[in-house]
Amino acid sequence: MKLRLSADAIRLLIPALSLTVLLAAVFWLQPRAMSYVGLNLLFNLAVPIALATIAQMLIMAVNDLDLSMGTFVSFVACVTATFLRDAPLLGVLILAGAILVYAGLGVVIHLRNLPSIVVTLGMSFVWAGLAVLMLPAPGGQAPDWVRTLMTAKPPFVPMAIVASVFIAVIAHFLVMRSSLGVLIRGVGGNQRSVERAGWSVVYARAMAYGLAGLFAVAAGIALVGLTTSADANIALRYTLLSIAGVILGGGEFIGGRVSPIGAVVGALTLTLAGSFLSFLRISPDWQIGAQGAILIVVLALRLLLNRIENREKGR
Amino acid sequence: MTGQALQAVIEVAGARVSFGAVKALDGVTLAIMPGECVGLVGHNGAGKSTIVGVINGGLTPHEGTVSGDGAVIARYGIIAARSRGVRCVFQELSLCPNLTVVENTRLMHRQLGGFGWRARARAIIGRSLDTVFPGHGIDCELSVGELSIAERQMVEIAMAFSDAGITPRLVILDEPTSSLDASLAEQMLAHVRRFVGAGGSVIFISHILGEILSTADRIVVMKDGRIVAERPAADFTEHSLVEAMGSVVKGEERRRAARDLANAPVVLEHAGRGLPFRARRGEIVGLAGLAGHGQTGMLMKLHAASSGDWLPRKDPAVTFVAGDRRLNGVFELWSILRNFSIASLGDLSRQGLVQADAEAERGADWRKRIEIRTRDMGNGILSLSGGNQQKVLFARALSTRAPVVLMDDPMRGVDVGTKQEVYDIVRQEAANGRTFVWYSTEMEEVCLCDRVYVFREGAIVAELAGEAVTEESILAASFEGTAA
Repeated sequence: MKLRLSADAIRLLIPALSLTVLLAAVFWLQPRAMSYVGLNLLFNLAVPIALATIAQMLIMAVNDLDLSMGTFVSFVACVTATFLRDAPLLGVLILAGAILVYAGLGVVIHLRNLPSIVVTLGMSFVWAGLAVLMLPAPGGQAPDWVRTLMTAKPPFVPMAIVASVFIAVIAHFLVMRSSLGVLIRGVGGNQRSVERAGWSVVYARAMAYGLAGLFAVAAGIALVGLTTSADANIALRYTLLSIAGVILGGGEFIGGRVSPIGAVVGALTLTLAGSFLSFLRISPDWQIGAQGAILIVVLALRLLLNRIENREKGR
Repeated sequence: MTGQALQAVIEVAGARVSFGAVKALDGVTLAIMPGECVGLVGHNGAGKSTIVGVINGGLTPHEGTVSGDGAVIARYGIIAARSRGVRCVFQELSLCPNLTVVENTRLMHRQLGGFGWRARARAIIGRSLDTVFPGHGIDCELSVGELSIAERQMVEIAMAFSDAGITPRLVILDEPTSSLDASLAEQMLAHVRRFVGAGGSVIFISHILGEILSTADRIVVMKDGRIVAERPAADFTEHSLVEAMGSVVKGEERRRAARDLANAPVVLEHAGRGLPFRARRGEIVGLAGLAGHGQTGMLMKLHAASSGDWLPRKDPAVTFVAGDRRLNGVFELWSILRNFSIASLGDLSRQGLVQADAEAERGADWRKRIEIRTRDMGNGILSLSGGNQQKVLFARALSTRAPVVLMDDPMRGVDVGTKQEVYDIVRQEAANGRTFVWYSTEMEEVCLCDRVYVFREGAIVAELAGEAVTEESILAASFEGTAA
């Protein structure tokens, strides 16, 4: 075997590197964060973001984009804090129905050849409306089992890290190792050749959307487990965070190039960027702008690396 | 199955396919017997790709039947074709560049699923690569996007010959050697002979006639959607093949009068691989050769070289007539007038505002000049027929002040009447000193040009001028030569 890093490994390098640098910076600013409790606090909120990022990644794997991720996660959070606690069976049915709707969206988008951005943007209003109907004011309560799960204290390694690794491994097997994952990424890479090989592209899209719905549901439940109550606007940021996470983690908008491990790392990096800025005592007014600046720096590094890679190939 | 005469693997009978007004296949009957290699040749638009599409199940003929092993197959489609062992290597890349070679193998063989498919897929593609291209050195864990073009083509060919449960019986190779070097092409052709010797069938399409003559058992020559010659390969020579592909004697009245432009100033120049490109003032320069051999690329380069990068130029140097109207020609939601005037808005506006009167006046003027068939230039562009839309695109280009017009096969799917009208306009404008660079896939149009560059494999390989511009010499130049 030649000693040569595969393109996928290079893709993972940047997100891993930026996470390490940020983490080192945080530890340097605030050495007390270097503990079980500290790490858990730092990465707690990364778990739902990582799940939402995986969901977005599945949709981006088939060259689409989901602009309803934030409102959908909010909707799921509201269902979790109300129905799933008070009438578990009904709650489960609602969530299962929502996943089916997601799969249906994939079918409609494919059959009618609609732009996914438009369809999901439309759906975002539907989800937001349903969420407001359920919880007009912040409230509700997390089901006990969710609370227990999210606040569990495994020995040695905090829950946030265990959960992130778990999510990354599951998503990696699903997307990178399974036949279904190959099919989904194949649709993103060259839809025509997938068709020519006799596969149903509708099926592949429906599965990608359905799985995305499943991960988004998990994101909503995890979020409520952390916050204990829900609100119709609780996760609106997730739409952009999830897209940023996928891109940060080495994914691309088109071409079926995605990396589940990278996506989870990207989500962790995004969360950490927020804490890092707080530790720097940057006023909240500037934080979003500073977060954007971090994103730009990391993505610029990616572009640079891509260029070097292309130049080598051109030879 | 026993004792009967040999039955065709796939037989297409009386197939007709038309795309709009264009007849792509006009009653083609073709039977592929087991253990033979059929060479398929023809110029652009002869119907080669269409018949391939019918055989691999991607296209359903509007008329005619497909039968396999002696029985007519009622619902012949991609899945039916694949389950009969029909495989195809396409001219353009048909692998997923983001997936590894192993994963692509998984996609190509639907029945490969289940636990441990990676190991099985690796074994299958590895075995096939070793058989077809011994000593290939391709790492099957790399993604296809990381491979060189030749390696991708090798993987694709090996993929078609690979056996994962369903034995390949008929493999269609559409220009398989276009990006392989001589020794790799030799390995592939040797494998084709072995495969055929073992009872498989191959349909072999190539623009390198030497390959076809040495590899095929039988050669089918197509032209205008019909089979015009079908004989054992031994009965053909390179010369007779070229002759069979060409056909009609041109109506001499269509030919332009020979003009002496040797002293006209050169307005456009480009040096690349192959012969240098040069166009003089008032000249109609044709770009010919098989489709996709670099003609459009040349037009793009010419355009890029003479238009501003960032800032708009005050006086346009070149203008472009697109061939693919839908892709880069018309603004579908705009009116005819807007579509027409977009290229010359700079001339029609004062202080940044479009002079509506001047725009309408110029529109009406051109509508008369090239007879755009509409009552109102305010109608949507899509209310026009394809030919008239194309005329609007011509008017758009010609109404600018640019002295050079680049045309990218603009007559695709245009009716004969419109073509004649446009030919007249082009000749008139050329006489007035405009230069035209005209890429066309139609012989008749190429023969209208003063001078013709013939392209092969991305480079100009021949320059024909004046009386030398004939169908025969163009065909000879585009098919000539040995393996790449």
